[in-house]
Amino acid sequence: MSEPQITLYRLQACPFCERVVRTLDELDLSYRSRYVEPMHSERNVVKRVSGARSVPAIVDRETGVTMSESANIVEYLNGTYGEGGA
Amino acid sequence: MVDFDVVSLPETDHVAEGDTAPDFTRPLVSDEYWEDRALADVVDGPTLLLFHPMDGAFQGTYLYNTVDDHGWSDDVDVLGVSISTPYAHKRLLADRGDGVRIFSDPGAGVIEEYGLAHDIDGMTGVTESRPAVLLLDADRTVEHAWVASEHPEFPDAEAIDDAVADLVD
Repeated sequence: MSEPQITLYRLQACPFCERVVRTLDELDLSYRSRYVEPMHSERNVVKRVSGARSVPAIVDRETGVTMSESANIVEYLNGTYGEGGA
Repeated sequence: MVDFDVVSLPETDHVAEGDTAPDFTRPLVSDEYWEDRALADVVDGPTLLLFHPMDGAFQGTYLYNTVDDHGWSDDVDVLGVSISTPYAHKRLLADRGDGVRIFSDPGAGVIEEYGLAHDIDGMTGVTESRPAVLLLDADRTVEHAWVASEHPEFPDAEAIDDAVADLVD
């Protein structure tokens, strides 16, 4: 199986992360889930990748985009992969 | 809470009010040790039985903070259940859940029997528990039941306060 193009940094049961998952599913995009700890101080990997410790955060290797904030991510995914998107 | 739809969980045939909580035996962890215990032997009065996601997930942390804030373990026995190991339970109980003991159900057999299983996306082979609060009387009859229907969802602490007050009166 090839590597999914999108990596999602997420927190278990975080509603904002689930929102992104729903959009990924709707767009039939494959993704890899990386779960991190609730404590901000234990999320250095997210900071290294995205510049902030907030989740959700995605890395899209196809486009080179790294992004935080669920509303932004949903807008990006729909704009890039949704109907009428590039 | 948020300006988009929260994820709904599917309907489940879970243990409900009026049912007898099914008996089971699992390692029961206190802040000092763990040993196999049967629920039927542990329940000898009003008991709050709390199912929660694995230790470390914020839902469990919030739940035990609520237990402590409301002082439920002063009024009733409080027993947790999660898929985490006894070692993780002991670490959790070192920080919160004063007077609480937690069953360890890594295979989720108890969680499945109670109708609370939740297959979690991105953790293949792991069966989680959806959050649930069951208030039992001394013969394990369920007097009050709350089971999460959304992911995430948190129990109404005031409703549990009232149910506990009704039962211990």
